[in-house]
Amino acid sequence: MTQGLYTIKENYKTAKDVYKMILEGDTSAITAPGQFINIKLDGLFLRRPISICDWTEDTITIIYKVVGEGTEKMASMTSGGVLDVLVGLGNGFDVAKSGDAPLLIGGGVGTPPMYGLAKKLAEKGIKSLVVLGFASKDDVFYEEEFKALGCDVMTATVDGSYGIKGFVTDAIKQSGKEYSYFYTCGPLPMLKAVYDGTNTSGELSFEERMGCGFGACMGCSCKTKYGNKRICKDGPVLVKEEIIW
Amino acid sequence: MVKTKVTLSGLELDNPIIPASGTFGFGYEFAELYDINMLGSFSFKGTTKEPRFGNPLPRIAECPAGMINSVGLQNPGIDRVIDTELPKLAKCFDKKVIANIGGFSLDEYVYCCERIDKEEQVGIIEVNISCPNVHNGGMAFGTNAKAAEEVTAAVKKVTTKPVYIKLSPNVTDITEIAKACEAAGADGISLINTLLGMRINLKTKKPIIANKMGGFSGSAIFPVAVRMVYQVYEAVKIPIIGMGGVSTAENVIEMMLAGATGVQVGAANLVNPFACKDIIESLPAAMEKYGIKSLNDIIGGAH
Repeated sequence: MTQGLYTIKENYKTAKDVYKMILEGDTSAITAPGQFINIKLDGLFLRRPISICDWTEDTITIIYKVVGEGTEKMASMTSGGVLDVLVGLGNGFDVAKSGDAPLLIGGGVGTPPMYGLAKKLAEKGIKSLVVLGFASKDDVFYEEEFKALGCDVMTATVDGSYGIKGFVTDAIKQSGKEYSYFYTCGPLPMLKAVYDGTNTSGELSFEERMGCGFGACMGCSCKTKYGNKRICKDGPVLVKEEIIW
Repeated sequence: MVKTKVTLSGLELDNPIIPASGTFGFGYEFAELYDINMLGSFSFKGTTKEPRFGNPLPRIAECPAGMINSVGLQNPGIDRVIDTELPKLAKCFDKKVIANIGGFSLDEYVYCCERIDKEEQVGIIEVNISCPNVHNGGMAFGTNAKAAEEVTAAVKKVTTKPVYIKLSPNVTDITEIAKACEAAGADGISLINTLLGMRINLKTKKPIIANKMGGFSGSAIFPVAVRMVYQVYEAVKIPIIGMGGVSTAENVIEMMLAGATGVQVGAANLVNPFACKDIIESLPAAMEKYGIKSLNDIIGGAH
């Protein structure tokens, strides 16, 4: 983990209530896709944890949905602004476990970390099957970006206004494809459905209300079959076998 | 050169800065970020007889200039703390640590204090009788002078190290409790623990914290803490470790003027993992700015 000041290069709306922000600064602390950053915002006491979508040597891309006071403030920021950010938090996904045909499942704003993962896999020459789920057509984002990495992409919307009608689990069934391992991030009911509906081992990324984001406060502890874990430090990614629902 | 040394019941600290219990774990994770030997000392995660998972989630809520937590004394239990956590800490911290002990009964406080008293790494035992987040424990002892006196006396009987009692601000008159602890033999007083608070989610229209209420900490409570340290300083002769909303070197000076010998930093560590380092590094300049040559000279200076 490092703490530093990051300059906002871009910050724009990319879907309904969803914004994309590119920050410029040191990214040496990022070790795996699925990690997150924790952003200090003026006027708010606690930092705001946001998953990393993509990163380069000197930029971090995040995609966030406006859901409260913190993300509202972020949405109003303009390029050139400077943010105090903790970078490289959490464990992230284990790319080495993917096998040759990994299934990546993103739900809503659980989609961004799947992009960084797909990119790392693509760099290893591994083609991912990507299943994305959104509420409605207006909520869909990043479909083209995944395709540009060479992924097979299937998108489902709950109301059927775009792609397959239904949930990500419906899309997985419809695809009929075999997969070697799965990775997923999204709302809790989706994670549970994916857990129940998949027939391989896999990794699930959890979201929780955090205090510090780096393992100090015990604000986001959960019980697992491998003992108590802090979602922020020992997670947010847990392996399928250790999860207790 | 300004002097930052202070002495707590014979324990000499290079500076008064002490990360508060529950915001610094058992230290070793912060040691990955900076050399924690620069700290005066630190108070480790509140430890109970049995391992505890703590309260259901959510445990955290944002507040104006602060936060509410309801962790509920999650800790690995005294056995594991002694067998695993303290040896891990020894690898990165050469100084004496403050052992924070929680409990649910008189027997449990006595059991844990007696055991931790034998640990060489421990310089001071800080008995938490003020946790607002566990039922029938902690705070029940800290909101009643008689009970506070009993815990203090019982713990003192089985310990050789200085015993500091950590008090709750959720009382009518904190000086009464502090005096009861002093009369029972306490070597010092730590104050304040968090203020009982609540936030309600406007979308769900229910309390944000699963346990409904939790402990409010952060900059917002600093004036309450200063006031209570000031009051307790007038009421007792034993040293005080002051805490509550401290986040700057200026706050440290103010807390010491109110009567604190040591100053703990809590919630600030959760927002800025380098908070204590930053405070220690900015302390000399802040002292010079206010014409302070030695911190030891300003303790209780506001009285």
